[in-house]
Amino acid sequence: MSYFIDRITYFAQNREKFSDGHGITTSENRAWEEAYRGRWAHDKVVRSTHGVNCTGSCSWKIYVKNGLITWETQQTDYPRTRPDLPNHEPRGCARGASYSWYIYSASRLKYPLIRKRLLKMWRRMKQQYGDPVDSWKAIQADPALRAEYQEVRGKGGFVRADWDEVNEIIAASNIHTIKEHGPDRVIGFSPIPAMSMVSYAAGSRYLSLIGGVCMSFYDWYCDLPPASPQTWGEQTDVPESADWYNSGFIIMWGSNVPQTRTPDAHFMTEARYKGTQVVTITPDYSEASKFGDIWLNPKQGTDAAVGMAMGHVILKEFHLDNVSEYFDDYTRKYSDFSFLVKLEKRDGRYVPGRMLRASDFDENLGHENNPDWKTICLDEKTGDVVVPTGSIGFRWGEEGKWNILPTDSKTKQEFLPQKTLLGSEDDILEVGFPYFANAEHEHGYFESNQQSGDVLERKLPVKYLDLNGEKVAVVTVFDLTCANYGIEREGLGGDNVASDYAQNIAYTPKWQESITGVSADKIIQVAREFARNADVTKGKSMIIIGAAMNHWYHMDMNYRACINMLVFCGCVGQSGGGWSHYVGQEKLRPQTGWLPLAFALDWTRPPRQQNSTSFFYAHTDQWRYETLGVGDILSPTADKKRWEGTLIDCNIRAERMGWLPSAPQLQENPLELVKQAEKADKDPVEYVVDRLSSGSLRMSCEDPDNPDNWPRNLFVWRSNLLGSSGKGHEYFLKHFLGTQHGVQGEDLGEKGRAASTDVVWHDQAPEGKLDLVVTLDFRMSTTCMYSDIVLPTASWYEKNDLNTSDMHPFIHPLSKAIDPVWQSRSDWDIYKGLAKKFSELSVGHLGKEKEIVLTPIQHDTPGELAQVDVKEWRKGECELIPGKTAPAMKVVERDFPATYERFTSLGPLLEKLGNGGKGIGWNTDPEVAFLKELNGENKAGYAKIETDIDAAEVVLTLAPETNGEVAVKAWAALSKMTGREHTHLAKPKEEEKIRFRDIQAQPRKIISSPTWSGLESEHVCYNAGYTNVHEYIPWRTLTGRQQLYQDHPWMLDFGEGLVSYRPPINTATVESMLEKHGSAETPYVTLNFITPHQKWGIHSTYSDNLHMLTLSRGGPIVWMSETDAKLADIRDNDWVEVFNTNGAITARAVVSQRVNDGMLMMYHAQEKIVNTPGSKITGARGGIHNSVTRATVKPTHMVGAYAQQSYGFNYYGTVGSNRDEFVVVRKIEDQDIDWMEGSAEIEVAK
Amino acid sequence: MNFFLFQIFPYIAIAVLLLGSLLRFDRDPYSWRSKSSQLLRRKQLIVGSVLFHLGIITILFGHIVGLLTPIAIFDALGITHSAKQILAIAAGGIAGVFCFIGIIMLLHRRLFDPRIRATSSFADIAVLVLLLAQLSLGMYSIVISLQHLDGYEMVKFMNWAQHIATFRSGAHEFLADVDIVFKLHIALGLFIMFIWPFTRLVHVFSAPVGFVFRPYQIVRKRET
Repeated sequence: MSYFIDRITYFAQNREKFSDGHGITTSENRAWEEAYRGRWAHDKVVRSTHGVNCTGSCSWKIYVKNGLITWETQQTDYPRTRPDLPNHEPRGCARGASYSWYIYSASRLKYPLIRKRLLKMWRRMKQQYGDPVDSWKAIQADPALRAEYQEVRGKGGFVRADWDEVNEIIAASNIHTIKEHGPDRVIGFSPIPAMSMVSYAAGSRYLSLIGGVCMSFYDWYCDLPPASPQTWGEQTDVPESADWYNSGFIIMWGSNVPQTRTPDAHFMTEARYKGTQVVTITPDYSEASKFGDIWLNPKQGTDAAVGMAMGHVILKEFHLDNVSEYFDDYTRKYSDFSFLVKLEKRDGRYVPGRMLRASDFDENLGHENNPDWKTICLDEKTGDVVVPTGSIGFRWGEEGKWNILPTDSKTKQEFLPQKTLLGSEDDILEVGFPYFANAEHEHGYFESNQQSGDVLERKLPVKYLDLNGEKVAVVTVFDLTCANYGIEREGLGGDNVASDYAQNIAYTPKWQESITGVSADKIIQVAREFARNADVTKGKSMIIIGAAMNHWYHMDMNYRACINMLVFCGCVGQSGGGWSHYVGQEKLRPQTGWLPLAFALDWTRPPRQQNSTSFFYAHTDQWRYETLGVGDILSPTADKKRWEGTLIDCNIRAERMGWLPSAPQLQENPLELVKQAEKADKDPVEYVVDRLSSGSLRMSCEDPDNPDNWPRNLFVWRSNLLGSSGKGHEYFLKHFLGTQHGVQGEDLGEKGRAASTDVVWHDQAPEGKLDLVVTLDFRMSTTCMYSDIVLPTASWYEKNDLNTSDMHPFIHPLSKAIDPVWQSRSDWDIYKGLAKKFSELSVGHLGKEKEIVLTPIQHDTPGELAQVDVKEWRKGECELIPGKTAPAMKVVERDFPATYERFTSLGPLLEKLGNGGKGIGWNTDPEVAFLKELNGENKAGYAKIETDIDAAEVVLTLAPETNGEVAVKAWAALSKMTGREHTHLAKPKEEEKIRFRDIQAQPRKIISSPTWSGLESEHVCYNAGYTNVHEYIPWRTLTGRQQLYQDHPWMLDFGEGLVSYRPPINTATVESMLEKHGSAETPYVTLNFITPHQKWGIHSTYSDNLHMLTLSRGGPIVWMSETDAKLADIRDNDWVEVFNTNGAITARAVVSQRVNDGMLMMYHAQEKIVNTPGSKITGARGGIHNSVTRATVKPTHMVGAYAQQSYGFNYYGTVGSNRDEFVVVRKIEDQDIDWMEGSAEIEVAK
Repeated sequence: MNFFLFQIFPYIAIAVLLLGSLLRFDRDPYSWRSKSSQLLRRKQLIVGSVLFHLGIITILFGHIVGLLTPIAIFDALGITHSAKQILAIAAGGIAGVFCFIGIIMLLHRRLFDPRIRATSSFADIAVLVLLLAQLSLGMYSIVISLQHLDGYEMVKFMNWAQHIATFRSGAHEFLADVDIVFKLHIALGLFIMFIWPFTRLVHVFSAPVGFVFRPYQIVRKRET
């Protein structure tokens, strides 16, 4: 009925009252209700997720109505795991729930954009030259033209372009760069493949086909804890969140679980209901604190001191006073405690040296194969010297002996490794341990604790061995460890050891009080309960650890202190126990299926991969401003003569010795080098070796500021490099991009030249190294603002892709709920289009060409046994032997005009060379044949990879995690190496094959594979190290056991053979800025600058989303304590300026009791493009959190060619730490806020 | 012109007013509202709105009663044209002043409060401007009416209105020689009726009277 007629018949309507007249029943028109029903009606629901770096990997329902995305809600159909475990679902958080806002928002990128100045000159040149490559060449040949568009980067000026034209410009630029400078000058940065594997692979496949360089991210983000590869030979492998529920005791240490692991936090609550004890350790009163039965708040950056003191308690009570049977057995089997270490005499005292090897003995103890890499134990029962199986020497060159069941490799009998020499010692010697906590901090904020000196001498029981006629004193790692922790042992006595926790001797609970501010009795209580639980439950104690501890310069110490606690207590590899480092969504579960697709290993090998930290340190010229000297961090026991030069010199040495990768690689074009070699009728590798040895050819790393060595083209996709992760942001702007910047400090100038030994110094630093910056994104991020060309990508609801996480065992899809909006395209289609244009334009410029590719000596290859000693060919200490004393070199043939054809089909190398990963290889012919049928064949007979789904099927088919047949093959391959049967782990799932449509129907649990150290089964949750412990598969370390002692010469020289507490470094960035803080009366404070992960965003994503801006304060904010705020006369919500020599930030202050004194927290990655006014100091718009940071590299992370300390992409290498930084904070009066809205006029006036 | 404006246009305007409102009420019930901006800012609204509404309601009912009551009734009641004229001038004048103050306040608020301005549609502003113009014309007509207090001028308007209401021809002839101000006032009034259904004025037809008396719970029957 009509509403109007309802009105007319108002009095005639039949109404019944009820409930004494309080209610009434009417019969009026109800059609209006349709509007409310229609509000929640939709045409379809599609499963997708958010490919953002949050480790969430949550299944979402995406609702589509009239062809538009309307909203999203959490999926609730995860497969159940086991009856005794809580459900995984629902997963998700407020950030994910706000995602659909982006799709039609103003910040959505809708069309390709290009810098207007560049487009104009391009069209002009194109008219003049016709050929696109020649046109680009003409622009680059004119420095004035280059500067014209470089200097306006970041200042707007984009115009809409069409796909054809931008593709032409990009392809022309790539071709020109390859031809003129070399393929390794084309750089691509994209992080975390696990968040959208196919999209990552699109760009990396294109780059790898044309010889470009893929940049690492995990180390650059400082999410990689180098302590993990050092200890386990494993990048990072962690328990899934469901395993928290199996734990009896959890320490949440510097990890804000409810805020940064929101979808997993329910397991923490459920575990607490079950009875798990939880201790939270955070410096501030964070959201995680509420989970703790006990909350400890050590001063930020001093966690290692807490860990050392807890380790002291655990060792004393559970390994010495009352020996825990379980701990004792575990550490003998699974740690290096029983291995022998040589003592060396240095400066008149004994210091721990290298681990004893079979090669130290007469006739190598009968070992022909790799005797340098076979470590030694004593048999406790017989006292004999034993070469146990499982050390890394057994991994390569022989079969069947690489397992860690304590077995004598000669007799094949089990033996009892001798943990301590006390009681059977030949002598007692004093051994020196470096002590760092006596250093005074520049601001006095981190307190020192003076002990007897910078070397603490402690007594150790030793055995003398006769090695080739030389009497050598050896000790066990266990005895070293006890001494290092400063525990007095019965019968030893001596100085610098404590028999009582109340003594202020390193590293007792009392000792740490003055450093951390945590009372000794709390340390004793937590350590004792942690260990007692592990003792009773056989290892079910866990430490959840996060970025907060890893972002310090000496993060290794924080981490190793925790790892030691876990190993002492037998927790690693036990369900419900272990090390849960959740930083970065690094777990690419179907990794070995993805690698060939991503790096075009099906066409050419090896690909070029670069560690980003060293790259950006060199090429954004942050090294020119280095304030930290090598001497500042050397151990007092180091051989100082070996350590001249600056940090970048160390990096250059590492690159030359093949420890770290290089990009660009050689000072000349690698295409030209091969041509020259052929002309000279020489083998190209020999030719390059000769020229490097003679010095007529240099590696690029020695002279990063020389135009011959500049990176030229940069692709950024799936990343906000300049708005989020770019430590030393202002240096990027100045030197990399050549635009307006806020760098305040002066470079090292003459002083720097003098101090450097290996790097070439130019008085004038280059500004604007990059010819072209191309960014692919779905939103206008800070990086887009600074790019020359911006390409609009399909968002996470507009493309098909794969997504996995380390937090749960399921593999997820991203699905195309709607076609990409406006003119956006999926990453796969963008790079495919680019490949096509590249192929077309390359004709006449590039053909089938050979070039020479350098790769560092890689972990998980036989090469990792390359260098027992540190010897430099450059200094004539040894010959240059590629792959042995220098980077490996290989001639690679590329067919540039066939790039598109290769991009879209699966090449022949998989059939020729097989597939594999982490040192395990298998034949994969059946899978390739299958893909030919599934995806179809192209004209040349190769399996097609036309669409993103085709690409996903390649990954799923080739990977053991998603193809049971491959899993069985992979386990069989590993069985050969270990001599133990492992295929039972995958056999029950042999017939299981997961395809893309399967995971769209429901997330699927992955299949156990030897790529990972945990199992995914019906009986246990995924837990790292599980197969090492339960299958006796060695860790991929020197001893094959968990390596608590690091014996590489560089590790020893920097005092990190064993763990200790090292206070934050002095960055010297504040003092010269104090004069610049406005009038002399303006009060200020100097604070430690901390950048935790935020609540209203995932890194920078969502931080410009209206919903999240509404929940937060709607712009950049910094958190400070009430005390500090008072000192600087700052009230809540005042504008403040935060600055040091690196640059300046403007933000509003949040004054909160949550924050402890001396700390300034700025949530990591708040976009510069939202509500950021100008800075008084720099005259530019107030920066991002990284405007006041600068990366500082650490030499111990450069070590390579040495067992577990060998390079792997995103596995080892320098990391971009940033938390040791200090800043000045002062108030800006509201009337002084400059929004810089008038910048356009200023430019006109100029 | 005279014929069109005062003989044809009244029917067009009324037809649009009635049919348009009916269609809007039935087809687009969610738009049937007053579009109050009280949530955005209370300032100036309460006083302005109360003054305006008091005035305009009085004026509206005054016009309806004054124009449409058959002359015979006044005669029967013994109310002279002159008395009626004076009553209309007095009551209308007072209400007009109320309304004038109110509308000026509302218009000022709508134009110069940035929040209100930003959320205003063209029609929102136009309605206020038209009503202000109409009110001004009405007030000005009082000045003219004061020159002939005999009330016979008013009878012309009553005749015109009643002719229109009863579909008689020749209605326009009553207005042939009245002052231009009256003509403008009537024409503008008809125009306001003409645009009525397309503006927030539709809320005039709905008053939430039933709300005061309804039971707490209303259950709607399933439609049959």
